[in-house]
Amino acid sequence: MLEIKNLHARIVEDGTEIIRGLNLTVNAGEVAAIMGPNGSGKSTLSYILAGKEDYDVTEGDILYNGESILEMDPAERAAAGIFLAFQYPMEIPGVATMEFLKVAMNEQRKARGEEPLKVPELLKRVKAASATLQMDMGMLKRPLNVGFSGGEKKRAEILQMKLLEPKLCVMDETDSGLDIDALKVVADGVNSLRAPDRAIVVITHYQRLLEYIVPDAVHVLYKGQVIKSGDKSLALELEANGYAGVIGEAA
Amino acid sequence: MNMHAQPQSTPAETALIDAFGERLSHLPGDGEVALKRDQSVEALKRGLPTRRIETWHYTDLRRLLTAVPEFDATLAGKPAAPLIEGSPVLALLNGVAARPVAIEGVDVERISEKLGDGTYAPALGPQGADDAIGALNSAFVADGWLLNIADGTVLDKPIELQNVQAGGQVHARLAAKVGAGVTATIVERQTGSGDALVSCVDNVVVGDGSHVTWVIVQEQPESATHLGQFNAWIGKDAKLTLFFMNAGGRLVRQEIRVAAKGEGSDFQLRGVNLLSGDTHTDVTMVLDHEVPHTGSREIVRNVVTGKAKGVFQGRINVHQYAQKTDAKMACNTLLLSDDGEFSTKPELEIFADDVQCGHGATVTEIDHGHLFYLMARGVSEKSARGLLVKAFLAEVIEELEDEQLVEALEAKLDRWFATHG
Ligand SMILES: Nc1ncnc2c1ncn2[C@@H]1O[C@H](COP(=O)(O)OP(=O)(O)O)[C@@H](O)[C@H]1O
Ligand SMILES: [Mg+2]
Repeated sequence: MLEIKNLHARIVEDGTEIIRGLNLTVNAGEVAAIMGPNGSGKSTLSYILAGKEDYDVTEGDILYNGESILEMDPAERAAAGIFLAFQYPMEIPGVATMEFLKVAMNEQRKARGEEPLKVPELLKRVKAASATLQMDMGMLKRPLNVGFSGGEKKRAEILQMKLLEPKLCVMDETDSGLDIDALKVVADGVNSLRAPDRAIVVITHYQRLLEYIVPDAVHVLYKGQVIKSGDKSLALELEANGYAGVIGEAA
Repeated sequence: MNMHAQPQSTPAETALIDAFGERLSHLPGDGEVALKRDQSVEALKRGLPTRRIETWHYTDLRRLLTAVPEFDATLAGKPAAPLIEGSPVLALLNGVAARPVAIEGVDVERISEKLGDGTYAPALGPQGADDAIGALNSAFVADGWLLNIADGTVLDKPIELQNVQAGGQVHARLAAKVGAGVTATIVERQTGSGDALVSCVDNVVVGDGSHVTWVIVQEQPESATHLGQFNAWIGKDAKLTLFFMNAGGRLVRQEIRVAAKGEGSDFQLRGVNLLSGDTHTDVTMVLDHEVPHTGSREIVRNVVTGKAKGVFQGRINVHQYAQKTDAKMACNTLLLSDDGEFSTKPELEIFADDVQCGHGATVTEIDHGHLFYLMARGVSEKSARGLLVKAFLAEVIEELEDEQLVEALEAKLDRWFATHG
């Protein structure tokens, strides 16, 4: 489903190379974990997948279902089924959350040539999804993410993911800032999305989340490269011994 | 060489003076009214204001008013559907008042009749040497509406005043004498299909304890010149909210002159300038706090695209006895293009010592992080920008209490953005 080949990318503003020859394959139906110390380029990779303009791809390619997405803008990628749950979701004053959900769902439908959802159907879906995430509907009247607590923001990201039904879900540190109860609710939300035609990429640097969302593959990202891949036991090994061993091996 | 010689008249100035000679016999009123018209033309003969006149510094009317269309009595505008369904509509069609409608609690008069019988003479003539709009309008005004709203009237629907031009020249008056204890919303539409030169002067007296909301929606075609002047006097414990939306016109100047006359009076200005193309829009406000314990807030939000230029001048005069005045003014601009510009000039003239006054201005662009977030959810770039523009203006529009009005204005905003954003 996702194939990243020898990807090199720099920050447009100052030319610093952050992603340095990264290779990664994620198959449909799979949950892949990406782990790595702070600053290794995990968020940058997620932004590049989503199409953020701040980065320039200088070499390599990203194939999604066999086709390069590098020329697509973020909205086109989203409509094609790529979703990024942000590590730090943006607060957007003046845009009511409910209005935003309506526009996002229907713009994606339009891009795929589907009929827009009518308001009652839309409300029904939002209500159902909010309930499973134990979210208060009242929150959705407020401006998008404005004044939401850290945990509320993360839940709002998962709510969007459930409603938009993407095919490739990338979750950047969704576990950070969540207490254990919230973590379970979010993990249940993610597990309910597991499907043979969907891939889920979980970025984290703790093993904790992976107890609830059990990965099929684990990749270690360091200095802009995947330096080691394995199964879920790799996560346990990292938890026990830290990154130093893996980094030493690769060096 | 004589350094003090009057510069030669511009074609526009000459056309205006010539037009007066031709129009005079068609204009209602003699005696005092005719005298006021003559005085007004004399003021025009001294030339249109240039940037050397302080209040016209950012809008050099002499240079910007390049052409003056001829009067054409054969043209007739068509009334528009009211902004809010069921509103009583009083229309001016290419400067001529259409049939009046009966509104409970409101005595409606035609300005042409009041010019004809001379009773409107005191309201004519320029107010001061820089009052080009007052002079132009007083010289040529042919018709308009005057609303006399009886004490205690509570209007359940806004009254809509339409000034619909079809081309040529239109000079009109819209006036309201609001009694005491009235609650009323008036919608003023400035619209049309021609490349007219329009002037419209409003005189609004808000009686003691009344609450008046006046909404000006200006959406002239991009070939028209629109010169508006809104004058208001606010009585004791009365509240006036003036909302304006400028969403059209090639050359637009909207003057706002408000006097807080009665203790406990309050003035609220909320304005939206939607500027596009190669246009020039100037909003100039002069607000006088004349007595103690009065308040005012002005919030003007501007969205600028294309090569449009915008100006907001806001002058607040706090008179010597106007203690406890509470006045705050803000002007915020969202620039959507590199070629657009917006100039803000706030001025506070404070002669009282126990007051709270302040002002602030900001210029921003669309936040790229916000744009990316919305697009990452599948919202196309255009729609995402539209959502962010709406978000920037939402606060100002949504403050209007009438939900139908808010919806109608947001629909106008959406339409503007769809073609110009
Ligand atoms: N837009 C940016 N501007 C400046 N530095 C950046 C930018 N994006 C990423 N970086 C830098 O790139 C490195 C990787 O960051 P990031 O991808 O956030 O790491 P991780 O998510 O793995 O902690 C860090 O050193 C970070 O400071
Ligand atoms: Mg990160």
